[in-house]
Amino acid sequence: MKYLDEFGNPVLAKRLVEEIHAATTRPWAMMEVCGGQTHSIIRHGIDQLLPEGVEMIHGPGCPVCVTPLEIIDKALAIAAQPGVIFCSFGDMLRVPGSGQDLFGVKSAGGDVRVVYSPLDALKIARENPERQVVFFGIGFETTAPANAMTVYQARRLGVTNFSLLVSHVLVPPAIAAIMESPVCRVQAFLAAGHVCSVMGTREYPPLAARYGVPIVVTGFEPLDILEGIRRTVVQLEAGRHEVENAYPRAVRDEGNPAAMAMLRDVFEVTDRTWRGIGMIPGSGWRLSSRYREFDAEQRFAVADIRTNESPLCRSGEVLQGLIKPHECAAFGKQCTPRNPLGATMVSSEGACAAYYAYRRLDLVQLS
Amino acid sequence: MIDFENWSCPVPLRDTPQVVMGHGGGGAMSAELVEHLFLPAYGSAVSPADSAVVPVLGGRIALSTDSYVVKPMFFPGGSIGDLAVNGTINDLAMSGASPLYLSIAFILQEGTPLATVGRIAVAVGSAASAAGVQVVTGDTKVVDNGSGDGVYLTTTGVGVVADGVTIGPERATAGDVVIISGDIGVHGVAVLSVRAGMEFETTVISDSAPLHGLVAAMLATGADVHTLRDPTRGGVAASLNEIARTAKVGIALDEPSLPIPATVADACSLLGLDPLQVANEGKVLVMVPADGAEAVLAAMRAHPYGGGARVIGRCVEEHPGMVTARTALGGTRIVNMPIGEQLPRIC
Amino acid sequence: MCLAVPGRIVRIAEADGVPMAEVDFGGVRKDVCLQYLPDATVGDYVVVHVGFAIQSLDEESARQTLANFEKMGILEEEFGEIPR
Repeated sequence: MKYLDEFGNPVLAKRLVEEIHAATTRPWAMMEVCGGQTHSIIRHGIDQLLPEGVEMIHGPGCPVCVTPLEIIDKALAIAAQPGVIFCSFGDMLRVPGSGQDLFGVKSAGGDVRVVYSPLDALKIARENPERQVVFFGIGFETTAPANAMTVYQARRLGVTNFSLLVSHVLVPPAIAAIMESPVCRVQAFLAAGHVCSVMGTREYPPLAARYGVPIVVTGFEPLDILEGIRRTVVQLEAGRHEVENAYPRAVRDEGNPAAMAMLRDVFEVTDRTWRGIGMIPGSGWRLSSRYREFDAEQRFAVADIRTNESPLCRSGEVLQGLIKPHECAAFGKQCTPRNPLGATMVSSEGACAAYYAYRRLDLVQLS
Repeated sequence: MIDFENWSCPVPLRDTPQVVMGHGGGGAMSAELVEHLFLPAYGSAVSPADSAVVPVLGGRIALSTDSYVVKPMFFPGGSIGDLAVNGTINDLAMSGASPLYLSIAFILQEGTPLATVGRIAVAVGSAASAAGVQVVTGDTKVVDNGSGDGVYLTTTGVGVVADGVTIGPERATAGDVVIISGDIGVHGVAVLSVRAGMEFETTVISDSAPLHGLVAAMLATGADVHTLRDPTRGGVAASLNEIARTAKVGIALDEPSLPIPATVADACSLLGLDPLQVANEGKVLVMVPADGAEAVLAAMRAHPYGGGARVIGRCVEEHPGMVTARTALGGTRIVNMPIGEQLPRIC
Repeated sequence: MCLAVPGRIVRIAEADGVPMAEVDFGGVRKDVCLQYLPDATVGDYVVVHVGFAIQSLDEESARQTLANFEKMGILEEEFGEIPR
């Protein structure tokens, strides 16, 4: 794929790795916010190539992992209702709620369908006018424009049997919350490249200044990640804390104005509870009052959800980079990708799943 | 061969373009279905009796059964019909058996268009004929109309294993070379490209193929092939993990050596899939000691279904039960056992 | 989050009042919503996430970034370790 494959070139990667080694004189801990970046790091073995002291702390940038347990339970309740077609991205199917997951609902007879795009869910709604079609609208700012457009289009076309279960989360408040934590070890951030494709870079300079952390907007291919790390190390070594764009081919400072305009119309900021972390004020989006009629939470009045998180699960501490996954007592024992206790073990780039996949080898070799 | 696209039978089936419960009832409607739809599609080897009696087989008998439930039933490059035939032939071939006879049971959902059933039957007959294997018996049942049209197949295959041939996952040994017969991820991408909710245009067509000829060519070299596996559901990742676990051996792959066509890589990038977890239908993984590898590779490359054969890794003593891969960047990652169905992701 | 890939617009049409594009990703083609890149034209490269073009891909910038990587380490390769 053009403009993708070239950014995996191993020869150039080696050069970037050497540059990082040459620039590093002290230990540094940086956080990559985006789960897609975590996935890429683990999948290519990038963190194995870094200098001894450079540590990647895996951030909570996995919307699957941080979707509040209460919303998952509501999703399960709605999906189980007869006459409902519940559509979702594939990522959410195995995330455990208090009891089961969407796969469980499907096998019990619920009509749960995986789609590639929220527009596919709208199409299903138009093809099944006698059923209620609900789309599970999770994601960071990257995915919000797609979800927004779907609701906008539903209104335009008069599709009344469609609704959205919204659980959007925002990156800048998460960065602030992480830095506010008294046990925070993060000294710099690799900002999420595709979030910035939509939102631009202008939310980050105040954060860099307030917390004294370099913030480097970074892409997802191996060369992009290595370059993001390299620029971060260079700033840290020089004592600078600025915002840099290391992904200029896909990120403009002003973001995507058309998308941002739609987001302002369709969504409004709300407090959001991040699973495993807790409530972060102003860190989420919900449907604005103009579009409230498409809100699945209102349409289905799912009452009396009693959430029940496993007491063994420490995914919150993992998400904040406070413990490494294998430091959790349940890791690899009661909690495995096959039987996950928390979302970080389910998601393809949840830190626990990544550790289970990758660190197992080290642990085997050590024993 | 009957063309079911423009169906017009001289002795018409009773006037139902769709499957009805009576077709599975064992009475006149069932008989008509067999006589005018299945038999013409399968050819003359089919026994009209309750069971097929075949000549005595020399050697040990290999038996395999599989059910086929793929949706959608028709996809670029094939259908559930040829999957059913080739899949079972390949299961036999993976033990080093020569496949001889097949039985095919159809479970039809009421309401399925007969033309659909006909197309599948023709595909079964063609695939069997192309592979030199005979369909000798079958069965048909009809179930209540659930959610529209559905055809499920169960195939049982019988073959013969020559004396002295012992091929199985438990024989994989540290030091063995791991070979794949050609491009990976092809079938899975072809099926996904027409699956509702994620249709995309691609030139990828299913690689469904019978591999017993390829296996025979490999065994004819005299090399001591330890293990054969066709990486179907779960892809290369699932198959290698199963073998590693059974044989208690580690497997180390070399990622740059994996033959992943650009078309498959691009589709996987788009949907967030790992090509190693995507299904294949006409490919075989081989584990053979190093001293036999060159001969086996040459034999594979000389065969129509093995032209793209190459070495992709080795069995190792380290990390028994686990499969790793050296990435293009020189790092190491674990190739995990897929859990459940592979689904497109946004993250 | 944010699995997004770059592709080239090969055709633009309208569906239900919404601009849509057929985008070519090398070997794969998919329909993509162009609501958020109203000025995009055939031949442009765009970044696609869940069926939407979320940003244009700046080809010149991509080339420049790769060129910068190519230049890295060149001095060391030619002259040996450079003291820092």
